[in-house]
Amino acid sequence: MSNVIKIRKGLDIKLKGKAEKIFSKAGMSARYALKPTDFQGLTPKLKVNIDDKVKAGTPLFFDKYNPDVLFTSPVSGTVVEINRGERRRIEEVVVQADPEIEYEDFGKADVQELSRDNITAKLLQSGLWPFIRQRPYSIIANPKDEPRAIFISAFDTAPLAPDYDFIVKDQEKEFQAGINVLSKLTSGKIHLNVNADYPPSPVFSKAQGVQINQFTGPHPAGNVGIQIHHIDPIIKGSLVWYVNPQDVITIGRLFLNGIYDASKIIALTGSEVIKPKYYKLIAGSSIESIVKDNVQPGNLRHISGNVLTGTKILPSGYLGFYDSHVTVIPEGNHFEFIGWAKPGFNKFSMSRSFFSWLMPNREYKLDTNMNGGKRAYVMTGEYNKVLPMNIFPVQLIKSILVDDIDMMEKLGIYEVSEEDFALCEFVCTSKTEVQSIIRKGLDLMHKEMS
Amino acid sequence: MKSLRSYIDKIKPNFQKGGKFEKLESTFEAFETFLFVPDKVTTQGAHIRDSIDMKRTMSLVVLALIPATLFGMWNVGNQYYQSIGESVPFLQVFWFGFLKVLPIIIVTYVAGLATEFIFAQIRGHEVNEGFLVTGMLIPLILPVNIPLWMVAVATVFAVIIGKEVFGGTGMNILNPALTARAFLFFAYPGDMSGDQVWISGLKHTQHLVDGFSGATPLANAALGNVDKLPSASDMFFGFIPGSIGETSTLAILIGAAILLYTGIGGWKIMLSTFIGGAVMGIILNIFAVNPFMAIPWWQQLLLGGFAFGAVFMATDPVTAAQTERGKWIYGFLTGLLAILIRVLNPAYPEGVMLAILLMNVFAPLIDHYVIEANVKRRMRRAKVNA
Repeated sequence: MSNVIKIRKGLDIKLKGKAEKIFSKAGMSARYALKPTDFQGLTPKLKVNIDDKVKAGTPLFFDKYNPDVLFTSPVSGTVVEINRGERRRIEEVVVQADPEIEYEDFGKADVQELSRDNITAKLLQSGLWPFIRQRPYSIIANPKDEPRAIFISAFDTAPLAPDYDFIVKDQEKEFQAGINVLSKLTSGKIHLNVNADYPPSPVFSKAQGVQINQFTGPHPAGNVGIQIHHIDPIIKGSLVWYVNPQDVITIGRLFLNGIYDASKIIALTGSEVIKPKYYKLIAGSSIESIVKDNVQPGNLRHISGNVLTGTKILPSGYLGFYDSHVTVIPEGNHFEFIGWAKPGFNKFSMSRSFFSWLMPNREYKLDTNMNGGKRAYVMTGEYNKVLPMNIFPVQLIKSILVDDIDMMEKLGIYEVSEEDFALCEFVCTSKTEVQSIIRKGLDLMHKEMS
Repeated sequence: MKSLRSYIDKIKPNFQKGGKFEKLESTFEAFETFLFVPDKVTTQGAHIRDSIDMKRTMSLVVLALIPATLFGMWNVGNQYYQSIGESVPFLQVFWFGFLKVLPIIIVTYVAGLATEFIFAQIRGHEVNEGFLVTGMLIPLILPVNIPLWMVAVATVFAVIIGKEVFGGTGMNILNPALTARAFLFFAYPGDMSGDQVWISGLKHTQHLVDGFSGATPLANAALGNVDKLPSASDMFFGFIPGSIGETSTLAILIGAAILLYTGIGGWKIMLSTFIGGAVMGIILNIFAVNPFMAIPWWQQLLLGGFAFGAVFMATDPVTAAQTERGKWIYGFLTGLLAILIRVLNPAYPEGVMLAILLMNVFAPLIDHYVIEANVKRRMRRAKVNA
């Protein structure tokens, strides 16, 4: 295998509530949803109305500016709700599931015999194309482009992240089929990035047609953006794609079985979950069936994804399109008497400014309190400690705040995504909302360049 | 604490828009958040946040200043009783200094915080905690004989001209505490330099010990009276006249250890400032055309405000260089210039203050070139791959 790439900067946040490695089949949820808000920069146009019957694989909406990109239902059933938010923006398209799933037939196919165009068409038609995202901008890839490489991060270092080696177990065939599909989409390499700290699952280590790269180090070593930066940094005009490992399997199944089989495995984690473990369910499922009677009482925050980058959802909300992870933590809407002056044995901080540094291996129960007020930048060098990229984070953020496109480009906006800056946001003494600023910069850049 | 909380909740509407005391909103908020960490939760981005905030950061810096402050108080008493040739118990020595220094600290905080609160209200933002540190730094870099009204004037000047005109904490170019000192230094040189100001009441004391001058070791050295220099250990432990908090290198190093261990202060600037000072000291030793230049280079680092400046002043994150490589350059040049100005400029026996202020002005330029280098590397990569 190749050399190990050591990531030195970063921060592992140890939280309570790691998922035990047990599969549990979730009770079939009654409702499933596809959320246009999961897709950055998407303007959705509906293809269905309330009461329409759909099958698994029937399009629910499409991209207004790229009508080929369809978003399809993960289950068969009836469209029961179209929930809109501010300014009538579509937030959720909800499907009430049939007891037995019926699938649209997309036809089995041997990948080797298909042309690139056939493959693209099949992925678009079945609604699996949105699994493929691109850098720069971290948006859904444009089917007309050809990337210089495709990246798959086979491990996740985020707090309480699911273990992909465990999730992909016994799915060699599907994973390989998915890789074969992706290899038709680029003439460049497919990079499969594994964690060097333990031997990867044979699903990854025996995969054909990929270049395996090993990484080691604290979070965000598992972020695909960090890996791209260290293997093949993005420059102006270049384009790479990336896919989550579970989604590679879903793509593989499409070609092997001819259907959009949206079943996936997710980890239910967090300090407030009574029995954190893995669940087999279907993408877009309501989390109600898995969190009901399985969380502590109290004021809780349910998150689809991890605590750094995930989306806040209701206890009856739906799993996000790209997420393999649900976290439940306590809300922090309480006052704390002179909290800033306490010794802080149970307060987690990157700095050693609380006495919690005495217990480096302790697992924490953190809540959603901001832990302080918003301030102008005072401290320097904080972001550098958690961003393993050759980039000046504060300067980049400032250039975004003043809409200086030229400077953003010079400082490396093409290489970054908001998830890579999540730790910067976490450690910030001034409580700056770093991720939303980065997203604003990416959106502005995307608009200017297209 | 429930009753306190509910009392605050009860009186809060009076201080909000439309309330009786809406002019005091920022002030009220400052006290409220001092007592209680707010109940605000994350609404976007990361759902959990580091426990650190500006209050914790600034209070740790104040904590790091405590050793130098306590020692400074004792030394004020120590120098006084030495000057009149009396020997008194430890506590009495400390008490004497405590009563001299405390008014200066109180005046600084009252004058500075009042200014801060007024500006926060005018600007409509929260009161920044930065002044908690500035208010502690200003007394420590003044001579003990400074009239209190000068302290107040200098503090208000520093907060307004040094900080608020640039947009407040985080936006200022010059270190506010040094701005206060520079203001006094140029406006009232008679109270900021010479032999008379460093020891409490020296101007008016009638019964001095014979031959006692009250000059700082640095002033003696500048005059070429190198034979009058105290022993190196006296300079290291700080049993010498000087500004209140600057004399004891040991107490300052304890503060530095607190800053570095907690991760609040960066070691790059501290280390590079000392390296810069040492390099210039060695260069001067090599040429050594007068006795001052011949002082061993490592003693230069113990003299005057060098250690205090390197640990607490040059490292101010807002006014220092902000890039990691820039910090090395900035610190090195600060140390270099401090010793250079000190030894070769006949007008000012202390160069640290001016060196840091000068480098504050140059810090953005240093950062600019460090960032340009990064940009150039990225552009080159684009050209190679294109």
